Amino acid sequence: MTQHPTRQERPKGTPVNIIMSDPAINPQDSKSQSAVAPSAAGIALEHVTKRFRTPKGQLYTALHDLTLSVAPGEFCAVVGPTGCGKSTTLSLISGLERPSSGEVYVMGNPVTGIDPRIGYVFQTDAVFPWKNVLKNVVAGPLFRGVPRDQAYERAHDWIARVGLAGFEDRYPHQLSGGMRKRVALAQTLINEPRILLMDEPFSALDVQTRNLMGDELLQLWSASAASVVFVTHDLEEAIALADKVCVITAGPGTVKGIYPVDLPRPRNVAEIRFEPRFVELYQTIWEDLRSEVMISYERAKQR
Amino acid sequence: MNVPSNVDRAAGMTSPPDLGEGVTLREPGALRRRLLVNGLRLLLLVVIIGGWELGARLFVATKEAFGIDPFFWGQPSGVWAQLVTWVRDGTSQGPLWEQIAVTLEEAIIGFAIGVVLGVVFGIVLGRNHFLADVLGPYIKAANSIPRVMLAPLFLIGFGLGIQSKVALAGVLVFFIVFFNAFQGVREVDRNLLANARILGASNRQLSMHVIIPSALSWILASLHVSFAFALVGAVVGEFIGGIQGVGLMVQVAGANFNANGVFAAIVILAVVALVAEAGVTWLENRLVRWRPNQATDATL
Repeated sequence: MTQHPTRQERPKGTPVNIIMSDPAINPQDSKSQSAVAPSAAGIALEHVTKRFRTPKGQLYTALHDLTLSVAPGEFCAVVGPTGCGKSTTLSLISGLERPSSGEVYVMGNPVTGIDPRIGYVFQTDAVFPWKNVLKNVVAGPLFRGVPRDQAYERAHDWIARVGLAGFEDRYPHQLSGGMRKRVALAQTLINEPRILLMDEPFSALDVQTRNLMGDELLQLWSASAASVVFVTHDLEEAIALADKVCVITAGPGTVKGIYPVDLPRPRNVAEIRFEPRFVELYQTIWEDLRSEVMISYERAKQR
Repeated sequence: MNVPSNVDRAAGMTSPPDLGEGVTLREPGALRRRLLVNGLRLLLLVVIIGGWELGARLFVATKEAFGIDPFFWGQPSGVWAQLVTWVRDGTSQGPLWEQIAVTLEEAIIGFAIGVVLGVVFGIVLGRNHFLADVLGPYIKAANSIPRVMLAPLFLIGFGLGIQSKVALAGVLVFFIVFFNAFQGVREVDRNLLANARILGASNRQLSMHVIIPSALSWILASLHVSFAFALVGAVVGEFIGGIQGVGLMVQVAGANFNANGVFAAIVILAVVALVAEAGVTWLENRLVRWRPNQATDATL
């Protein structure tokens, strides 16, 4: 797998506090990067700030001046401590939320609503409990006006691709957590998204299932050429899956560092973590992430 | 499934049946337990009815020294005799089945009107926050009125016939179903909504595929209570001013100091309500097949 060029910009004056241990895996130096037109990127967030009004009426800044871009076909993992605005980033890209300031581009166009080229796999189960597997998977094409027989044909195909053939008429509550995630994957991928957003999709699964799902995701992704933004709190998972790892600071979230992952593909998610290069990357990125995790932890204790 | 948080108990709001516990009958000893439960149920019935009857007979035997005075409180054998008389000879207003049919008709029409209006208003107001804000105080005010008090008004407006009872039953049912539908729409999982929107659902598809199915378990749970309320509406309406129906039978029996007649009418109403309840449970199990544990034995 080739390394995609990353286009990380940093506003002037933002301190770059990254421990430089290995020049080969340094985050890109902001000065050497020229600003690339957002149209060239699959996804581009430019100086995005997002504030929410809390129930008490105060303003809460979830994201502050976040700039990130993901090339077409690139797999970008986003890691950060809890409450740093990782999920908010995804809802901004998906068009479910609008940024308070800054601009979000998808395939070169500013995001104004929900873009049909986007797929979103949620952290919690978002499959429809009152629809069986087949009806869940076929929902997307039917919503989008694909003719019925064509939609069902595609649904059967996708159910087989995620390994659920024979389970078409089961309801979600009759499936295991891993199987429900497969339904969610098929439900999202059947729309053939160019942009795939994933919000800690496997966090509720046990470690073995998570690794298996990771492998399957990589397989499905390599056949699709979609850009992926994969949010996780698990750094190992991030490195094992992604082309680049983006570390977000403790809230308000902004990009702390971006690390290209130059591990060869195809990868085996369970075994790649024994590679010396993996361990090296892990140590470097963890150095960066640790301080943010500590900040977030201290804050949580004070509350 | 969420338990309703800001529930309006006054409106007879109900939470959907608990989905957590499943009753499997294949466990060892399950048959024995079932026999025991049914045996105890029967025993309880025998003790209560038998005690009552004995108490009444004791009262007569001891020359009113102690026991239960059957003149005021009736006695099971008297209730049974009254039922037999009604079935055989008809009531003072006409044949018994006609009275039941009239009351049922009022209750069912009122129930249907109340449910349809309740579901429609609940879903519309649940989806439209602006409208809900505007109408909120009025709905709360209307809900705080004991609605049985509307009976005289409907009687003036719609007359002594069936319409006034239908209106009362409909109003009682409407508020229960409305609040459940409203809450059901408001409690729809935000993730499911976001997921459907990203999958490409239009507003109408969002309603049909996410909001209504999700609210359905709330609405169906409310139907259990609301049919009972429809019967209350019909009976109270007949009670206050009617020319036919079980409510009138109660009223006539009461006015004639016929305690056994009142109890007999209550027994008839109870049987009708139980049959209706079984119908609602059947409907519920058909409509929400997707639920982890269907409300088969859990709903008492």
